[in-house]
Amino acid sequence: MQMPIPNADVLSKKAHIIRRLLDVLPPEAVISEPNETRAYECDALTAYRCPPMLAVLPDSTPQVSDILRICFEEGVPVVPRGSGTSLAGGAMPTADSVVLGVAKMNDVLETDYENRIIRVQSGRTNLSVSGAVEEEDFFYAPDPSSQLACAIAGNIGMNSGGAHCLKYGVTTNNLLGVTMVMMDGEVAEIGGAHLDAPGLDLLGVICGSEGQLGVVTEATLRILHKPVAARPVLMAFDENEVAGACVADIIKAGVLPVAIEFMDRLCIEATENFAHAGYPDAEALLIVEVEGSEIEIEEQLEKIIAIAKRHDPVELRESKSDEESAKIWLGRKSAFGAVGQIGDYMCLDGTIPVSELPYVLRRIGELSDEYGLQVGNVFHAGDGNMHPLILFDANKPGDLELCEKMGAEVLRLCVEVGGCLTGEHGVGIEKRDLMFDQYNPDDIEAQLFVKDVFDPKWLLNAAKVFPLSATETRRNAS
Amino acid sequence: MKPMNENELAQAIKSAGKPLRIVGGGTRQALGNDVDGGVKLSTAGLTGITLLEPAALTLVVRAGTPLRDVTAALDAENLQLPFEPMDHRELLKSWGDTTIGGVAACNISGPRRIQAGACRDSMIGVRFVDGAGNIVKNGGRVMKNVTGYDLVKLMGGSMGTLGVISELSFKVQPKPERQATITIHGLSDAEGVRVLSRALGSPNDVTGAAFLDGTGFVRIEGLSKSVAFRTDALKTIFKDHEVSVMDNDLDAWRGIANADAIAGDDGSIWRVSVKPTDGPKLVQGLRDAGIAVNAQYDWGGGLVYLSLPDDLNLRDHMDGISGYASVLRGNGGGAMRITSQNKLTAQIEKQMRARFDPRGILNTGIMG
Ligand SMILES: Cc1cc2nc3c(=O)[nH]c(=O)nc-3n(C[C@H](O)[C@H](O)[C@H](O)COP(=O)(O)OP(=O)(O)OC[C@H]3O[C@@H](n4cnc5c(N)ncnc54)[C@H](O)[C@@H]3O)c2cc1C
Repeated sequence: MQMPIPNADVLSKKAHIIRRLLDVLPPEAVISEPNETRAYECDALTAYRCPPMLAVLPDSTPQVSDILRICFEEGVPVVPRGSGTSLAGGAMPTADSVVLGVAKMNDVLETDYENRIIRVQSGRTNLSVSGAVEEEDFFYAPDPSSQLACAIAGNIGMNSGGAHCLKYGVTTNNLLGVTMVMMDGEVAEIGGAHLDAPGLDLLGVICGSEGQLGVVTEATLRILHKPVAARPVLMAFDENEVAGACVADIIKAGVLPVAIEFMDRLCIEATENFAHAGYPDAEALLIVEVEGSEIEIEEQLEKIIAIAKRHDPVELRESKSDEESAKIWLGRKSAFGAVGQIGDYMCLDGTIPVSELPYVLRRIGELSDEYGLQVGNVFHAGDGNMHPLILFDANKPGDLELCEKMGAEVLRLCVEVGGCLTGEHGVGIEKRDLMFDQYNPDDIEAQLFVKDVFDPKWLLNAAKVFPLSATETRRNAS
Repeated sequence: MKPMNENELAQAIKSAGKPLRIVGGGTRQALGNDVDGGVKLSTAGLTGITLLEPAALTLVVRAGTPLRDVTAALDAENLQLPFEPMDHRELLKSWGDTTIGGVAACNISGPRRIQAGACRDSMIGVRFVDGAGNIVKNGGRVMKNVTGYDLVKLMGGSMGTLGVISELSFKVQPKPERQATITIHGLSDAEGVRVLSRALGSPNDVTGAAFLDGTGFVRIEGLSKSVAFRTDALKTIFKDHEVSVMDNDLDAWRGIANADAIAGDDGSIWRVSVKPTDGPKLVQGLRDAGIAVNAQYDWGGGLVYLSLPDDLNLRDHMDGISGYASVLRGNGGGAMRITSQNKLTAQIEKQMRARFDPRGILNTGIMG
């Protein structure tokens, strides 16, 4: 992975920068020893690593402001970091950068059930936001599988989704306001507890900007009352295409499940061996979950099961108890781990129009044969967000490169059928160089305008999202 | 100027020698601040639905397409726009055919916004021509897409200042099988919003929560049995109140969406977006100050339409209220009709406009 040449001038004044940071931060908040900065060398895309020059761990918005002002004045690149679970290399440092981690900032600032909002510091983990409102039976809807670890900061950075966003939307649909520190240290209040903010929708473009526009320190989030209950049904088919057609029919029918998850044979077998969820022997299975009171659940499942039956499922299993529900989800939730037991894998994240599912699955199968690499498919089928897992052997020279090449082909396929490169993980460094496959230079230029405005010196996470060639002039001008 | 396709639109903007005033159907020209003069650029030639795919719940449509045509096409497939755009014609005393591009450019939403999100939340792709005449696309036609910056959201509500929208993609939804409205009577404004908060804070998936004339309106939608069940659940929650139920009352919600309750009033009409519990607080403050005010609440209290004396600037009365006010009609005490949230956002917005529209020719001044 090509990264910009580290700025020698910045590296040469490391000691000076440390001194300035220590003026505004306690000593334990400035991490400069190489054996300690190593902890920040990568995120969950572990194939690529680079320790930063420094890492800082502020505990308040004013501290973040001080740090950014100093880095701005000294021309030091900054990489914002939440929990470092990005799968796209979004939080991976450059050698001349200061990693600004918000992990210490995890307070709940306000819960307001009457207005159905919670305000938190951005380092708080996704799951613990729901945890903070659980006593009143409320929850925060976006639920990435990494929710135990990932922070609201990173969720906003990536506009993260989750299994239940088919009904509740992704981060951007549940985010009402942020406090964001600009690269020059100014503190911006954008949005708030009210639904419509005046003027341009800056919040909309900040969400999903991958740490390139500012450092989010606080967020106002929408919370909802929990549904009375939820129940999944598992349906197995002997062809991928049939499962895909079933998904389309369910969506068309006007029942809105909260989740429709898909797994193919490779994933079914892997999870069976790993988690023993008791899945049937089949080519493809769907987990469809509905929510509500008993009557509502039955009404929805009746319709869904009738649709499924038209597609000749090899098995239809409606959960009869919480235990059975947990078992149905167990396999899906352990799918990534299970595939990891077979070997190394790369997780793609392209989205396609749901109607293209059968065709795309078939093409992925053909590519798998061509490249001689196994692929497992497990994904959010309701919204077409695929997660093909391409297996490779990290110890075999050339295998990673081969896998990346195949991955790029699969993503191009997604774009070709009207979809996109990434549905929820973000571009980061991983898909940076494919951006021109989805967008032409004018499309990219318009996005760069936004960065020019928020970060005129191009210091914030600047080596990400866009092909380096597209940003070179701007990065070098600063 | 009335370009008939996207290339003509790009050409028109590129070669424009003077500032442009962008017009869709012309029904919302009164929204926003006055545009300094300008040559009229109409999007009315950019019409047609390019894709409607019920199995993927997606619609792609050119920006000048009348909303009426969009609704008819969706009706035929038993689909709807989730965000239930309001019709401003009664309120603004305007006429003409609203276009889908105008709806998006002004981020127009209705009562279902509290549950299904605003117009911008249903927008999944956009094509537009920026102020330099370049054609730009962002997003696409899939529901989940984080590839690069989300300019789709940025364009939603940008009122033509960053570019002229030529095509839009939306996520659409199936029409509900049934709809019911529980009305709760005899309430003060503060009680009314409290009642709405209770409904919205229950697990009953409320898709409309409005208050006017002492009556709270709570809407639920979905499959028949489910609606019946939730109707009962809400009746139980409000058993101490006087409650009645209306079935499939689409007209009532149309009226709420369009702020009919105050559309006929004299004076200035304001639109206020606040934290729901601040809605009645704001109105009470005005009443306590002896100001003649009529109010309609939507979004659980978070959206307030007010009619106020023409010489009153509501912003002078918003101390301690979190939210913001815009003037929809009338003089509003001479206030700017819309402003930015604060000084810093105003500065960011100004720079954003300068970047997307370097010659400053697109609806100059409309957003301040
Ligand atoms: C096992 C596993 C399962 C996952 N499942 C899902 C899933 O279901 N859905 C999904 O969407 N993702 C998923 N992810 C990806 C990842 O968890 C999400 O992208 C998550 O939101 C990242 O959060 P984080 O706090 O770890 O952010 P980080 O990885 O630290 O950072 C992510 C991005 O946000 C930026 N950022 C961080 N903090 C800030 C800040 N304060 N201000 C501005 N920008 C900031 C960073 O610069 C970076 O670009 C999964 C990851 C793993 C490892």
